[in-house]
Amino acid sequence: MSGFSFDAVTAILFIPAGAAAILAAMPNYKMTALVNVIASLFTLLAALSLFVTDRPAPGQYLLVDDLNIVFIVLNTFVGFTTSVFSASYIAHELETGRLTAPNLRFYHAMYQIMMFGMNLAFVSNNIGLMWVAVELATLTTVLMVGIYRTHEALEAAWKYFILGSVGIALALFGTILVYMAAQPIVGEGTNAMVWSVLIEKAARFDPALLSVAFIFLLLGYGTKVGLAPLHAWLPDAHAEGPTPISAVLSGLLLNVALYAVLRFKLLLAASPQAIGPGPLMVTMGLTSLIFAAFMLYRRRDIKRLFAYSSIEHMGIIVFAFGMGGPLANFAGLLHMVMHSLTKSAIFFAVGHIAQVKGTQKISEIRGLTESHPGLGWALVIGVVAIAGLPPLGIFMSEFLVVSSTFARHPWLAIPLVFGLLIAIGALLLRLTGVAFGEPRGGMAPVEASYVPMYSHLALVFAAGIYLPAPLVAWFQHVAGILG
Amino acid sequence: MNGLTFDIAHVLAGSLVLISFMMLYQDRLFALINVFALHAVVLALSVAWQAYIQDAHHLYITAAIALVFKAIVIPVGLHRIIQRLGIHRDIETAVGIGPTMLAGIGLVTLSMVLMLRVTPEADPLAREDLAFALSIILLGLLVMVTRRNAVSQVVGFMSLENGLVLAATGAKGMPLVVEISVAFSILIAFIVIGVFLFRIRERFDSVDIGALDDYRGERR
Repeated sequence: MSGFSFDAVTAILFIPAGAAAILAAMPNYKMTALVNVIASLFTLLAALSLFVTDRPAPGQYLLVDDLNIVFIVLNTFVGFTTSVFSASYIAHELETGRLTAPNLRFYHAMYQIMMFGMNLAFVSNNIGLMWVAVELATLTTVLMVGIYRTHEALEAAWKYFILGSVGIALALFGTILVYMAAQPIVGEGTNAMVWSVLIEKAARFDPALLSVAFIFLLLGYGTKVGLAPLHAWLPDAHAEGPTPISAVLSGLLLNVALYAVLRFKLLLAASPQAIGPGPLMVTMGLTSLIFAAFMLYRRRDIKRLFAYSSIEHMGIIVFAFGMGGPLANFAGLLHMVMHSLTKSAIFFAVGHIAQVKGTQKISEIRGLTESHPGLGWALVIGVVAIAGLPPLGIFMSEFLVVSSTFARHPWLAIPLVFGLLIAIGALLLRLTGVAFGEPRGGMAPVEASYVPMYSHLALVFAAGIYLPAPLVAWFQHVAGILG
Repeated sequence: MNGLTFDIAHVLAGSLVLISFMMLYQDRLFALINVFALHAVVLALSVAWQAYIQDAHHLYITAAIALVFKAIVIPVGLHRIIQRLGIHRDIETAVGIGPTMLAGIGLVTLSMVLMLRVTPEADPLAREDLAFALSIILLGLLVMVTRRNAVSQVVGFMSLENGLVLAATGAKGMPLVVEISVAFSILIAFIVIGVFLFRIRERFDSVDIGALDDYRGERR
């Protein structure tokens, strides 16, 4: 740990941790919201500085490489914009009395602890530490999902807690199995849990043990990703928690779990005799996609609708990474970034919409583009983007997923395209009702900051039109690492 | 490895599986908690034995946590909660005891077949510990899915976690075991008992999860 005197990695971890301690001690809610934003901004700046500063050599616990920089920057960026959105959202919740000042203190402290957990999961080079970090991030979100203390919120939090714990337990068992597989080769002790050591020697690990370990890890972390048979917590947790938490759940926490799966996939890929991780991931991805696409039709709650849409998109991403190869990995990475940006923008819009309309029921929200043009059009753009229509960024990444599938396994493209079309239908059907027609519901003007959602949407739009060459090169390089 | 040390470790790990089975057919909350306390005591013995034969002194901490926290503090706390909530009636099992036991036998067979097959070269003690641990994890899951009561689900989760501790201590020289067991204890104490049960009590006057199912955002 000698290489970590004071550098960007330390800052990424210490800013949220320190901010959490300060926030827990601050009584004034306006100040806490501000401190939350400032801390998130500094974390983002620290993350961006990873691009320019020298990287520390991989230690026993921490690691920075080309793969996790993408995740860290995305994570801290959405974390920052969400904190801006959260400040205006929370002020309204306080006015309506849904949350009290002590709740907020707790909320903001938890927000920073969650950011700490997620950043730690990304930079950890130790599979045990990574597990602890993912667990930490999950637990804080469980507490935040239950913060309204209504029937529904408690049910959601309980369900999330139980399913999340089972996922955590399975992932830990998988981690122990990886250690068991590594121990005869690497030797006892911490080194047998250090990822950068494991990946070098994975070829000599016992393939059967490694395969079983991956199945446990895929099921365990897959629960967090929200893959189809294990997704049951996800819609509830999204619908009943505060909307900023829905945004970070969809935009960030799912990525954290996905990142863990990818790390272990690399490990497995390095061992030639172990089972291929691809078919498992492709199957789970397709199942999630098609299942969620059909589930979209029956939704009556707007946050639940977009929660199922997250399952759908995580399905696409896992499918793409499961296919593997430079093009599919590139598409998967791009899709992940686009999905995070778009979905959190949608949740920002939905949060304000639910506040002005006083309801989350789709049937009671009508004609938004007339009553609240700023929000309504943001939602329209967001939904068009998330449905994968041109010219926005998700169209491009979905197109790449589909075309790479056609090129290699044409028969797999059939269910993929089928699922995508079903989902487009459902989303557009719901969108027309919510956004157009005779306005219904609360007409009060919004006191919202439009900056977070429109900046996300602008990025997604720009990515759909033109991707800068250095970004493409970076993604191609990372896609190459992912094999 | 010396035959006797191996046998003792084997007996302790095997007893854990047996006690997990005992949990499956308890239909009273108090009895379930007492069985769980026994589970934790045996776990503590097993971990202490591992610490002794592996000469890994930090594992004594894990054993002590298991003994003090899981075998004494949590069961006493749960007893109190149950008395205060007045729910020391029968557990509403979602599935009958017969099918549950059969499912349990199936799960243990599955984990034995799976783990013993994939670890032919591993150290025999670690290998059997792993097979037993997976059995305990799966039985813990079974307890969780066959009960509708929040307290018994928590007990199921804790027994599952005991299986994980067994696996982690069986893996020779694994780092972070103590930290993980501390993290789990905090998780259980903090979240489950502190937050959820009291809130559930406050809002529903019941810890039956079935009561939570009545309302969903999208029911008409």
